[in-house]
Amino acid sequence: MISIAGAGLAGLATAYELLQRGAEVQIFEQGPGPGTTSVARFAGGMLAPWCERESAEEEVITLGSRACDWWAKITPVHRRGTLVLAPRRDRAELTRFARRTSGHHPVSQTDIGELEPALAGRFAQGLFFKREAHLDPRRALRDLSRAITDLGGEIHYNSPAPAKIDLNCTGMAAALPGLRPVRGEMAILHCPDVAISRTLRLLHPRMPLYLVPRDDQHFMIGGTMIESTSSRPPSLRSVTELLSAAFALHPALAEASVVELGAGLRPAFCNNLPRLVDHDGVLHLNGLYRHGFLLAPAMAQRAAQRLLPAQFSEVTDENSGQRHCA
Amino acid sequence: MQLYDTTVQSRLLLGTALYPSPQVLNEAIAASDTEIITVSLRREVASGADGGPDGRSGAGFWDSLRATGAHILPNTAGCHSVQEAVTTAQMAREVFDTSWIKLEVIGHADTLQPDVFGLVEAAGILSRDGFQVFPYTTEDLVVGERLLEAGCEVLMPWGAPIGSGQGLRNPDGLRAMRAHFPDTPLIVDAGIGRPSDAAQAMELGMDAVLLNTAVAKAGDPALMAAAMAQAIAAGRAGFVADPMERRNMAVPSTPVLGLAELA
Repeated sequence: MISIAGAGLAGLATAYELLQRGAEVQIFEQGPGPGTTSVARFAGGMLAPWCERESAEEEVITLGSRACDWWAKITPVHRRGTLVLAPRRDRAELTRFARRTSGHHPVSQTDIGELEPALAGRFAQGLFFKREAHLDPRRALRDLSRAITDLGGEIHYNSPAPAKIDLNCTGMAAALPGLRPVRGEMAILHCPDVAISRTLRLLHPRMPLYLVPRDDQHFMIGGTMIESTSSRPPSLRSVTELLSAAFALHPALAEASVVELGAGLRPAFCNNLPRLVDHDGVLHLNGLYRHGFLLAPAMAQRAAQRLLPAQFSEVTDENSGQRHCA
Repeated sequence: MQLYDTTVQSRLLLGTALYPSPQVLNEAIAASDTEIITVSLRREVASGADGGPDGRSGAGFWDSLRATGAHILPNTAGCHSVQEAVTTAQMAREVFDTSWIKLEVIGHADTLQPDVFGLVEAAGILSRDGFQVFPYTTEDLVVGERLLEAGCEVLMPWGAPIGSGQGLRNPDGLRAMRAHFPDTPLIVDAGIGRPSDAAQAMELGMDAVLLNTAVAKAGDPALMAAAMAQAIAAGRAGFVADPMERRNMAVPSTPVLGLAELA
């Protein structure tokens, strides 16, 4: 029996991979349900490795390009691509973004209107990352935990981990050397008047923003990255900037209901990439930063291989996959 | 170069925002040979740096900056009022244990140009409180005089709006500033986009250059940091070496008298 501390993204994904390989798994979680204490609750749920490459190392693509297929077996994945836009006066940001990324093609005002009729006439140009996708993080956490129990895994909620565990996936609480928190703030809007079907990224010099559609005309918006250990609720300043950037995407969002505001501390290592590390005799999977849903599958596969070293696995080589989203 | 009571060799001051990761930032700091890094202090930082939500202190980013060994120049970036800037400066003094403060009082959200009236007022308050103030200002000579009267011993005129990468928009203004304040360290702060911009500032006789976005948003930040350091060193040497005067007509560089003796 393999014991895991933490039913967040890293713990659940690894449990799933272990169960797929025939192992027996139990997870100990302090909170009352899957992901309730996890920063993944506040994630965008973007499966967008090519966009992320703008500010991340090449590994986000090599590790993340098969995340869509992994999640699609567990939870609905919306393979709609990502549309990257910039206000007219900040078009230089678009040029820069295009230069630093791949897997996109330029789209004109007409193309944008065809992709997202709600945005017709609002942006002169953009970039379309066709192979990217998104999912609903909270639903994905629930679906993943259900898949685990269906496979015979045990998840003990409201339960502190025992002294002897095999894998620690407790995020910031693990207090690993070199692990730092990066604060992110988000809002969930409900707006019956705007139909947007895919992830939008608005490049803005002060307030880069992403908007991810959820079910029933809900939208998640986020974008702040603050080097901070504070987990207080979002500041007025951040909320103001976030919401006004959303307003720049579409004026009808002004009538949206702000359903939720949230802030979380994302664990990150110095290169902002996740790591599988031995610390004090225990294996840790941590540092998913802002790439949780994107990188958890590949990291969970690595963790499973480490925990079941003797067993051969057919889903090992992360560099061999040529399959992409969509 | 003497800045208040501190002497430094490097004439490049580097900002620490906007890098892809702390690792890339550290590589850029190392490649730049900078001795002064500027750090934006947000309230979240102040509330967390002395112990996170779970009571642990020094969770990473700030400690890693301290570990570079560079002098830390905290800044009040993003402050739009005198009160906000003064409060931020006081927090910075506690968090980073330094009396240095790069004072920004922003007057306009779009251009990020300094509110020079608020700047002079805040500089006075902070100088009387024992701070050593590095004011982010314009090239306006009268404002510069007021800042010196308020207690500043360094002036940091902009080259162009923050983050714009336009280079020096008003070289004549900076030249006039050099002439008007011959003994005050002048640091061009903001607007540098390319190494040639930094070299130009140094050739005008500026004492140093402070930049951030030009390095942080380059494709290879560490390489750009090294390029900036070289440009600044070259520009400084060019200024000290006393360049020739420009002329409208050609002057032959070989003797015109005498004929070649073809043996």
